[in-house]
Amino acid sequence: MTSILTSTLKNLPNTSKWALRFSVRPLSCSSQLLALSAAQPKSKKTLAKPNMRNIVVVDGVRIPFLLSGTSYKDLMPHDLARAALLGLLQRTNVPKEVVDYIIFGTVIQEVKTSNVAREAALGAGFSDKTPAHTVTMACISSNQAMTTAVGLIASGQSDVVVAGGVELMSDVPIRHSRKMRKMMLDLNKAKTMGQRLSLLSKFRLNFLSPELPAVAEFSTSETMGHSADRLAAAFAVSRLEQDEYALRSHSLAKKAQDEGLLSDVVPFKVPGKDTVTKDNGIRPSSLEQLAKLKPAFIKPYGTVTAANSSFLTDGASAMLIMAEDKALALGYKPKAYLRDFVYVSQDPKDQLLLGPTYATPKVLEKAGLTMTDIDVFEFHEAFSGQILANFKAMDSDWFAQNYMGRKTKVGLLPLEKFNIWGGSLSLGHPFGATGCRLVMAAANRLRKDGGQYGLVAACAAGGQGHAMIVEAYPK
Amino acid sequence: MVASRAIGSLNRFNAFRILRSRGCSCRNFSGSSALLARTHVNYGVKGNVAVIRLNSPNSKVNTLNKEVQTEFMEVMDEIWASDQIKSAVLISSKPGCFVAGADINMLASCKTPQEATQISQEGQRMFEKLERSPKPVVAAINGSCLGGGLELAIACQYRIATKDRKTVLGVPEVLLGILPGAGGTQRLPKMVGVPAAFDMMLTGRNIRADRAKKMGLVDQLVEPLGPGIKPPQERTIEYLEEVAITFANGLVDKKISPKRNKGLMEKLTAYAMTIPFVRRQIYKTVEEKVRKQTKGLYPAPLKIIDVVKTGLEQGSEAGYLAESQKFGELALTKESKALVGLYHGQVLCKKNKFGAPQKDVKHLGILGAGLMGAGIAQVSVDKGLKTLLKDTTVAGLGRGQQQVFKGLNDKVKKKSLTSFERDSIFSNLIGQLDYQGFEKVDMVIEAVFEDLSVKHKVLKEVEAVIPDHCIFASNTSALPINEIAAVSKRPEKVIGMHYFSPVDKMQLLEIITTEKTSKDTTASAVAVGLKQGKVIIVVKDGPGFYTTRCLAPMMSEVIRILQEGVDPKKLDSLTTGFGFPVGAATLADEVGVDVAKHVAEDLGKAFGERFGGGSPELLNQMVSKGFLGRKSGKGFYIYQEGSKNKSLNSDMDTIFASLRLPAKPEVSSDEDIQYRVVTRFVNEAVLCLQDGILATPAEGDIGAVFGLGFPPCLGGSSAGWQVSLHPGALIAASFNKVLFLCPGPFRFVDLYGAQKIVDRLRKYEAAYGKQFTPCQLLIDHANSPSKKFYQ
Repeated sequence: MTSILTSTLKNLPNTSKWALRFSVRPLSCSSQLLALSAAQPKSKKTLAKPNMRNIVVVDGVRIPFLLSGTSYKDLMPHDLARAALLGLLQRTNVPKEVVDYIIFGTVIQEVKTSNVAREAALGAGFSDKTPAHTVTMACISSNQAMTTAVGLIASGQSDVVVAGGVELMSDVPIRHSRKMRKMMLDLNKAKTMGQRLSLLSKFRLNFLSPELPAVAEFSTSETMGHSADRLAAAFAVSRLEQDEYALRSHSLAKKAQDEGLLSDVVPFKVPGKDTVTKDNGIRPSSLEQLAKLKPAFIKPYGTVTAANSSFLTDGASAMLIMAEDKALALGYKPKAYLRDFVYVSQDPKDQLLLGPTYATPKVLEKAGLTMTDIDVFEFHEAFSGQILANFKAMDSDWFAQNYMGRKTKVGLLPLEKFNIWGGSLSLGHPFGATGCRLVMAAANRLRKDGGQYGLVAACAAGGQGHAMIVEAYPK
Repeated sequence: MVASRAIGSLNRFNAFRILRSRGCSCRNFSGSSALLARTHVNYGVKGNVAVIRLNSPNSKVNTLNKEVQTEFMEVMDEIWASDQIKSAVLISSKPGCFVAGADINMLASCKTPQEATQISQEGQRMFEKLERSPKPVVAAINGSCLGGGLELAIACQYRIATKDRKTVLGVPEVLLGILPGAGGTQRLPKMVGVPAAFDMMLTGRNIRADRAKKMGLVDQLVEPLGPGIKPPQERTIEYLEEVAITFANGLVDKKISPKRNKGLMEKLTAYAMTIPFVRRQIYKTVEEKVRKQTKGLYPAPLKIIDVVKTGLEQGSEAGYLAESQKFGELALTKESKALVGLYHGQVLCKKNKFGAPQKDVKHLGILGAGLMGAGIAQVSVDKGLKTLLKDTTVAGLGRGQQQVFKGLNDKVKKKSLTSFERDSIFSNLIGQLDYQGFEKVDMVIEAVFEDLSVKHKVLKEVEAVIPDHCIFASNTSALPINEIAAVSKRPEKVIGMHYFSPVDKMQLLEIITTEKTSKDTTASAVAVGLKQGKVIIVVKDGPGFYTTRCLAPMMSEVIRILQEGVDPKKLDSLTTGFGFPVGAATLADEVGVDVAKHVAEDLGKAFGERFGGGSPELLNQMVSKGFLGRKSGKGFYIYQEGSKNKSLNSDMDTIFASLRLPAKPEVSSDEDIQYRVVTRFVNEAVLCLQDGILATPAEGDIGAVFGLGFPPCLGGSSAGWQVSLHPGALIAASFNKVLFLCPGPFRFVDLYGAQKIVDRLRKYEAAYGKQFTPCQLLIDHANSPSKKFYQ
């Protein structure tokens, strides 16, 4: 009842609100600029657009990302998602009834909770009047959740949306074979004992062989690690380079963890187990140790190993996204603006993991920025080889001209601004939950180090990719 | 060393063009001192590994010839002499080709078997030296590795191949009537086991890299790379080289063993082969099979068995000796010459001599979703052509769509396509009942019922909707194209495209041009046909064109022979005994008796008594009794679903009895019966050349063999009629066994002698009349023995 009331209230003054915003915007912008230019010498414009609502991230959290098969192994995906939602509620104190919509991303769906967003929201005590849906877009599922939220807010459908993502790789749906399923379904329908017996007589032992969820790209039947190995070879990325990058990721993540920079992590009391407080996949090692591993996909001479790939991870994340005016009205001090974003897609065979290469220049162009305007890069690290191949692709005139339709290369990414709090290789990569982690890492880094723009980019199965500009909210 | 670019490798030639110009000669060799001016073979040194690069200038492929051999041995000598070099990698710089085989011309110049034997022995010596190399040599294979190329690779200590579609391994020598003469017959059985080696050598089939790995023919696979810092193919070759170098080092350090772990089955087979009795059984079985399939008409397969046997039973020394000797013998046989000629002809018919068309055909419209229409659609969609398939009824259309789907799905079952590829190919096909979207098509192929008025109707209908540049092609087996074009507003855009059924199996496409057909239209039709993977002959318009026209008099003679009381079974065995893939009576059943009747009537009207012989009444009576051949279950034979054995149709006896003609004993010996059938075919083929229907004898031979299945030392039999009718699984099946390629009517004249043919024709003419009168061109050839169709 209350929610209906609030929504009607919300709708009533809508027009006047808009009008007000237009008149106010120029003022607020300039004041922001002034404030910023005081803080930072290289004054930058803001990316606010006329006729568009400003959309902000109030805050975001995640439960610790754990190696699959560890503390979360007996839970179900909606348990993790619920924990993230509860963490978000606690962190932001958002009144549950102001939330208009909830969206979660996930990849491997638990059949019982295929709309995991709804089950988690209900369990977390959100209003049963708040609709929720689940999206899937491989590793950029929660990015899709966030941008769907942006769309809902920008179009005036909602003011407050919770977006998040969840993945539980400790348990995946393993099915009976199609033949077995067919027989079981037919048995269900069989009416007489005779029919049942005749169906049963068709049973063969091979019906029992189970069907695992696809680890391979459906269109090409190639596993992602295999494709990453080929990609690394195509860009002549050596094993040593990959191991070095993996080591960097783990070392930086360890440092960030030790210094308490990973402030988006909320503790999670796992039923029947201890409270989990931090990511458990961060394992800085040595190059010698890494060099000992055998290739995991292209045997025996490939370069992608278990150590320079992201590992199977359980985890969930959630984020509170609002229209700026709404956030201010509710008394929040938002962390960042969500600005321009793009989705790209390309050949799922040979360019499966090159999404960031295509998405980065596109989103920069869309936002009217250049590479040097970006203070913080947060890229999803699926594999060391994939990140390094993307680096090389962006730094190659040949590739830019022949495959991206550009005259010149995108340019070299500045490593000192790149994933300096670790990445998916070290922090973990629960497929559906990584996107929110990337955005929160960008927002938190901007707050901590004082930059204005962050660029988030990720690749995804199916040969797709995504990039988004995150703008720091003026302090 | 012998062997050669195989026929199968031809269809890959197109791809080579792409990257040719980027030769790899520009690549840096670190610390290479060996950039001497060798033409074909060079090497550079990377660390302790010599990288030997094969790259014959001015050619899309590498072939083995004397020069290459000399240079290769020079390079090997330097490598063996070097202290720094511990191992070597052998790689080709050509994208899509490792070594396509030995140079065919090397054999053509041999005058005596001894010369050919010597070529074989030189190859043997070279590869033996390579096999005994104290420094391991890794063959890095990307692209075709055939004939001598494969023999080279298996003499190396280790093989790494790219898992690319273009990477195929095989010994296609048998298709040229010879045998793998550079140690292949001796090394292959040891490497892949006797049964697999026989299979490879006797069928000449191409083996894809992944299969080769399973068989033990290659030791490692390298996945082809996508775009990276360089074009995919270029970088893939580089990567292959890098991987090969690691393995070369591994072999030196003994970290990698060149010995392969054999599976249980392989071990068992290998063990079984140590038992003399088992070996004898295998020889016997294989030999029987070959004899049955070749009817003893091809010497090469039997010699291959012989040579392998010698090697296994009497040791390698005897084996190598036998190999080189039999190689020499085979190289000079007329069968080999004929097959080599056929190969050259096929190369010719895989080119577009009309140049590039002004506009590429990207959208294709097909009218009629029958067997032919759907078959044409099938070979088009998988080449990326957007295809509109139009029929008049939902049921007819659905049947056609299902045929295309089944064709693709069969490839999925054989694992040559993934189910995903199948689906994406299948979405190139749009089935419809109207002309929607025809305003975008660049070419329309009609495959509607063989009736002039129906053809006129669709031509007029479709011309109202297609754009100006669109070509109208008619798929007909006998209706003259100019008559079809008569109602066209733009006859310069009308052409005939005669496909053979089943379209996805039969390689031939007969393109028919009229006086008015423009050159660009022809170029476009040829381009589409080549894209569809066809071997193409371009002929002038006329009743029956070329293929059907040659077939008709032959069938007329077949009927005559049957009327004279020869049992259909006996006739079949006589014709297959001559080398036709299918017996004459069976052929009529496969083609459809009604079609045969239809064509016989049409062409009979056009050509008169030259097409006389058998009585048309026989076919009439068969049709009226419903004996239409396989499709109706009864013809000369009775066909039963699922049963391979067929018995004679006893109901035919009354028909035969009513039309019985007395046999003429002077021309009724078995041999005469064979020659009566064959000479009529040959005479008509030569007449087609004389009349200008055919442009070249080579096209005549290709048409006869690939469209009709002309026998070994002869021209062709006949599947042409099946057009738009029965799939003729039998004929298709025999075509799949490429073992039995044959040279065609013109080469037959050259090999058998024009005079002897004319003599035979005269003899039959005396007995029967004008249908056997030799044509002028044939007489000319008989009169001057130096005149040959092939110089």
